[in-house]
Amino acid sequence: MAGTSPAMTDGAGARRLTLLALFALLLCLAIPAHAQVLTDTPRLSGNTPPTQPMKAPPVPPMVTNDVRQMRNYPEQPPVIPHAIDGYQLTLNTNRCLSCHARQFTPGSGAPMISVTHFMDRDGQVLIDVTPRRYFCTACHVPQADAPPLVQNTFRDSLSTGGK
Amino acid sequence: MTLARRDLIKAQAAAIAAAAAGVALPATAQPVTGGRAALEIKWSKAPCRFCGTGCGVMVGVKDDRVVATHGDTLAEVNRGLNCVKGYFLSKIMYGADRLTTPLLRKRDGVYAKDGAFEPVSWDEAFDVMAAQVKRILKEKGPTGIGMFGSGQWTIWEGYAATKLMRAGFRSNNLDPNARHCMASAAFAFMRTFGMDEPMGCYDDFEQADAFVLWGSNMAEMHPILWTRITDRRLSTPDCKVAVLSTFTHRSSDLADIPIVFKPGTDLAILNYVANHIITTGRVNKAFVREHTLFLKAQTDIGYGLRPDDPREKRATGAKDPAATTPTDFDSYAAFVSDYTLEKVAALSGVEPNQLHALAELYADPKRKVVSLWTMGFNQHVRGVWANQLCYNLHLLTGKISEPGNGPFSLTGQPSACGTAREVGTFSHRLPADMVVTNPAHRKHTEELWGLPDGFLNPVPGYHAVQQDRMLKDGKLNFLWVQVNNNLQAAPNSANETWRGYRNPDNFIVVSDAYPTVTAKAADLILPSAMWVEKEGAYGNAERRTHFWHQLVTPPGEARSDVWQLVEFSKRFTTDEVWPAETLAAHPRFRGKTLYEVLFRNGTVDRFPLTEIESGYACDDSQRLGFYLQKGLFEEYASFGRGHGHDLAPFDTYHQVRGLRWPVVDGKETRWRYREEFDPYVKPGQGLRFYGRPDGRAVILTAPYEPPAESPDAEYGFWLVTGRVLEHWHSGSMTMRVPELYRAFPGARVFMNPLDARRLGINQGAEVEVISRRGLIRSRIEIRGRNRMPPGVVFVPWFDASQLINQVTLDATDPISKQTDFKKCAVKIVPVVA
Repeated sequence: MAGTSPAMTDGAGARRLTLLALFALLLCLAIPAHAQVLTDTPRLSGNTPPTQPMKAPPVPPMVTNDVRQMRNYPEQPPVIPHAIDGYQLTLNTNRCLSCHARQFTPGSGAPMISVTHFMDRDGQVLIDVTPRRYFCTACHVPQADAPPLVQNTFRDSLSTGGK
Repeated sequence: MTLARRDLIKAQAAAIAAAAAGVALPATAQPVTGGRAALEIKWSKAPCRFCGTGCGVMVGVKDDRVVATHGDTLAEVNRGLNCVKGYFLSKIMYGADRLTTPLLRKRDGVYAKDGAFEPVSWDEAFDVMAAQVKRILKEKGPTGIGMFGSGQWTIWEGYAATKLMRAGFRSNNLDPNARHCMASAAFAFMRTFGMDEPMGCYDDFEQADAFVLWGSNMAEMHPILWTRITDRRLSTPDCKVAVLSTFTHRSSDLADIPIVFKPGTDLAILNYVANHIITTGRVNKAFVREHTLFLKAQTDIGYGLRPDDPREKRATGAKDPAATTPTDFDSYAAFVSDYTLEKVAALSGVEPNQLHALAELYADPKRKVVSLWTMGFNQHVRGVWANQLCYNLHLLTGKISEPGNGPFSLTGQPSACGTAREVGTFSHRLPADMVVTNPAHRKHTEELWGLPDGFLNPVPGYHAVQQDRMLKDGKLNFLWVQVNNNLQAAPNSANETWRGYRNPDNFIVVSDAYPTVTAKAADLILPSAMWVEKEGAYGNAERRTHFWHQLVTPPGEARSDVWQLVEFSKRFTTDEVWPAETLAAHPRFRGKTLYEVLFRNGTVDRFPLTEIESGYACDDSQRLGFYLQKGLFEEYASFGRGHGHDLAPFDTYHQVRGLRWPVVDGKETRWRYREEFDPYVKPGQGLRFYGRPDGRAVILTAPYEPPAESPDAEYGFWLVTGRVLEHWHSGSMTMRVPELYRAFPGARVFMNPLDARRLGINQGAEVEVISRRGLIRSRIEIRGRNRMPPGVVFVPWFDASQLINQVTLDATDPISKQTDFKKCAVKIVPVVA
């Protein structure tokens, strides 16, 4: 299997997840416990042989559907479900705050930056966003519409807890 | 029962999927089944697994799984913040393709270099490995075997490795991937101050009036330190930030003085700033007189290429690149007077007013300035000089070793300092800044390790690039790679590294958590436990040593690297691997295993299992029957205590959020060399650079010399390689976290739009990046976060399907032997569909 799968363009997140779950289940049934199959995904472990140049798949489009994604755990910074191409985020301008700052959220309908973003290094709440949180993209990232390279078996604590 | 449980999880997964897709399901309030305990998560501290910043994280565990992580509010480094990678630490151990059993290349049931990987037991894996090592030791002696370690090794892993290699096998062929990362910084510290690692610490960031980045994109590579600098810049009137780079990037977005210079000309800019300080009469004369001395560098020192390269043959100073000769202030001033504003502006391509504004940050006696650098300086064919020329600026003005003033070399790996440097896993080093070439250092080490006099090998081993060349040439026949992905990281890898690994004479072992490109090129793969699957310790860039407990069980048969090293030592007896004359002179060592000599030695094994903190597992120690980590740490710490590298007692580190060494009388040291802060400076001395016997620091005279390879008519572009925020190093962890992968799903070639237009290619077009060494195929990015000047392209190296290091040049700084990954010549050719 050379290259990654082509990006899905219909944005059917639910269908994709179901397919993935099904695929994972089939994988589990097909392989006995502890048998090891080495990844054959070039982006993770190279071409065969690794010195052989390979076609670079097209850059997948970014998710721009504005649908909020559930967090993996409460502390996770939410991902950005819209385009941020060309956003200025500089010493003089912060385009993100023009929608997500507290005073602009009624007009924009965007989620307000969390209360932690008003706290300085000593935990004091300031009037506006704390300078240490000024560069949003250090934590918040947009997402390409692309299936994962390999399944991640992280389990949400909602499914591991509450026995 | 099992099925019911699985069904339940499936049902929940369906609900989560439905929620993710925006489908509303009815939520009902109900009592929590199992009571409040069912909602509780066990929280423990750990340092982040990624960069050298050393953020503290809180790790939440439930049912032997990590279920959440967040920034530790009690950690001084980050006070509750993490970057996007740090926030996703919860998922790095859970890629579905974790290695869970040793895998050996076999044909017809036995090891074969051209065989296919088959699962084997640890016993079989170690048997085959040991047989190879014994054969090669017999044929070639200690220089035939080697190990390539890591700045991601825990402190005790690095310590066990250096002890096994040097004291067990008498081989100095041990080098860390940190050689690729900050060897130039370490050499410059030793040459300037006689002691490794920064004098200041991160506390400087809240007190400086100016920050100068010399070849560091902190906004992406040290995001949490960048939050502290951003905080200071935005909160403090008149605070200034200067960012020097060969292209415009996210750190430039905060810059008052954004400077883009031609690759390699930073050396000239540094000498210009020194010249400016001198000619404007702002030298701190008392400081220079009392605390410095002047040395002149050997020049024309070559590029660390193979000796038959014409560039090496031409270089008149390549035989002894580290040589220096004494000089004085006047000669130094005359030397830098050649670096005038006009001349340097023309050479570097930087506007004169920008250079002047930069120089004034240093020259203005009222301005406190912190200089910062990472790979721009260190991955540089004159990296040691670049580091030292920056120290010159701080020494000329006396802006050093005090709050808010100082040069600060950042590191890229979580324990580049703690393990690679402090433990001394370089091919020439011993613990606590000692070296194998110094007879007194060897003697001291032999005493602490209980070895016969004169036992240690005095000849430095093969450094990283040399290891790959010697593998290819068949002189090094066994290599054990731990905690790094060298086939993706090493320069000119298709011609050197790959051929070395696949040379039929060689046996390559790779310990890793995931099947990396390096693992797949090995002959034997050992599955490693990672991060909080084992007890660990790291040392960050500000001399902070910090610990964590094992919090979850590793998958399958995966074992920690330290267990692998210690267990492997059981396979050898002194009679098999030590010289006969040594055993004849010291018969008490006869018939002992290396395990008994090195680890079951009365020191490493002196702490019982009962000393493991209650509530935490430690699988390694349980297997061996004693508290291995504590024993290794305390023996290691005996090297530095009383010698300026004092570490606190082992148990202390499990309680605190790290401490910055030297830790004397329970107190950490924030600024070294100054009496007010450093207990090693005697009363009345004020300031003393006590790393050198004369108590002085070196101001170095060194010129601008050109890079090893510059663009020409055929290969018209500079290639710069590096990282992006979302992926760490080779991406083996971050590419397996879906959110991080989707944030940056594959490498691209960042290019100036005018260059793209000239070549007739558009955004996203497929191209070949071709050098004299090799090529990759990638996609063009002209609108991204990195804004390239004409003639320069940037390609990150995290993507295993685009191994950009097949394109890079294996030129190194001839002093530090660190590769220059920032400067070579390439051409860009559109792929015609």
